[in-house]
Amino acid sequence: MKKTKINEAHHVLKGKMVDFAGWEMPVQYSGVNTEHMAVRTTGGIFDVSHMGEILFRGREALRAVQYLTSNDASKLVPGKIQYSGLLTEKGCFVDDLLVYMLAENEYLLVVNAANRDKDFAWMIKNCGKLHVQIDNVSDEYSQIAVQGPVALGLVQEFTDTDLSVIPYYHFVVGKVRGVEAIISRTGYTGEDGFEIYFKSDEKFAVRLFLELTEKGEKYDALPAGLGARDTLRLEAKMVLYGNDIDEEHTVLEADLEWILKLGKEPFLGQQPLLRQRAEGVTRKLTGFEMVDRGIARHGYPVYMDGVPSGMVTSGTFTPYLRKAVGLAYLPAAKSAIGTVFHVEIRDRMAAARVVETPFYKRRK
Amino acid sequence: MSLEGFRFTKDHEWINTDRTTFRVGITEYAQHELGDVVYVELPPPGKVVSKSAPIANIESVKAVSDVYSPLSGTVGEINGKLAEHPELVNQDPYGEGWLFTLQIGDPTELDGLMDQKKYEEYLKGISGE
Repeated sequence: MKKTKINEAHHVLKGKMVDFAGWEMPVQYSGVNTEHMAVRTTGGIFDVSHMGEILFRGREALRAVQYLTSNDASKLVPGKIQYSGLLTEKGCFVDDLLVYMLAENEYLLVVNAANRDKDFAWMIKNCGKLHVQIDNVSDEYSQIAVQGPVALGLVQEFTDTDLSVIPYYHFVVGKVRGVEAIISRTGYTGEDGFEIYFKSDEKFAVRLFLELTEKGEKYDALPAGLGARDTLRLEAKMVLYGNDIDEEHTVLEADLEWILKLGKEPFLGQQPLLRQRAEGVTRKLTGFEMVDRGIARHGYPVYMDGVPSGMVTSGTFTPYLRKAVGLAYLPAAKSAIGTVFHVEIRDRMAAARVVETPFYKRRK
Repeated sequence: MSLEGFRFTKDHEWINTDRTTFRVGITEYAQHELGDVVYVELPPPGKVVSKSAPIANIESVKAVSDVYSPLSGTVGEINGKLAEHPELVNQDPYGEGWLFTLQIGDPTELDGLMDQKKYEEYLKGISGE
């Protein structure tokens, strides 16, 4: 199994380690509920170094990013970040990603751990002829996410850069404990927070993670694992690749039209998506909560009026809202708020109801 | 913690033979592996069950797990508190987090279960994997 440079810290902190996409990662330390609540009310510290980073440099770097992704990267300026989709020719997802504009002709694309090699190959295949140097620099970077209301105060203790002036979805390059880092006001939890990317040896990476958890104690912040990361992101209706989005569902079906800029220059998937938008989608990723007891989990079949009608893509019991919620692809014509349908949970039919999303929204 | 009258299965259920009615639950190890419990589905009182048959369901944030009956018998009472407070299974698995009582059919089946010492050795074998 692969290990992040921070790995040793998880053993020190007695994290429960699991295999995640070939990586030995902590699923939890003190417990999913506890860590989830910490992020909502104080703070959580996550090792997310398994994420991939791919660097685009050269005079056609923007052209390459524009061709590969669904959002309009020409709107970026250095220091700004965009959430986007890396699409197939059919307008489905190779991956979802963050695009960081580092400088003129220089972009850093942050992709999912499980997709790093696939994404890199896809980028080379489709943009290899452009004047752009594409490098998979995933192994060079460690990444720590500090999330929750205390994130600003906690991370500020580790840098002289004024973090309070960084707007959401922006970043600065500064020093964290003397090491150059990209400090980004982003996250995958629905809370305010920072993601810190840095290049260092293992010793520094382990020490930084442990010091963040030690200093975090006075803020009641906790180290948090992949279990809480999943319940947090779902509560905030952030999609997970491999669950909610994949190479079978389009951007429009995934209800992510806000990252789709069909009017920009040509890009992969543009034509089918233009057609689909004109015709309308037949299925749509929809948020629901359970009416009956039980948790509808990934892969459970959905029935409407007794007819098989789709599949649950994600589902959990959300620790903060204290209810079972989930996402499912439902027939678009039957996905209005309040619609009741059934999920087959093991051997019984449990009622669920379409609700507004996100399930949880932070008070600003 | 001394669990003198308790007997254990390899699937991490316990049955307490100290009482006149035998309570059944899951072990500390099992609750820790499951993580935060959010629903417990218990059998109806009166249900007849054979040894090692699935009898209840425990759903945690992470996963759903079957509970297997440690012995053959008939379900007596169920722990009604768990409907409102499933977290009792995590907080006090050998006490307030019990699941149901079992009127056992064949007392000789008890010989097939582990006592506390044997169960602890069994756990050591698992963690040493």
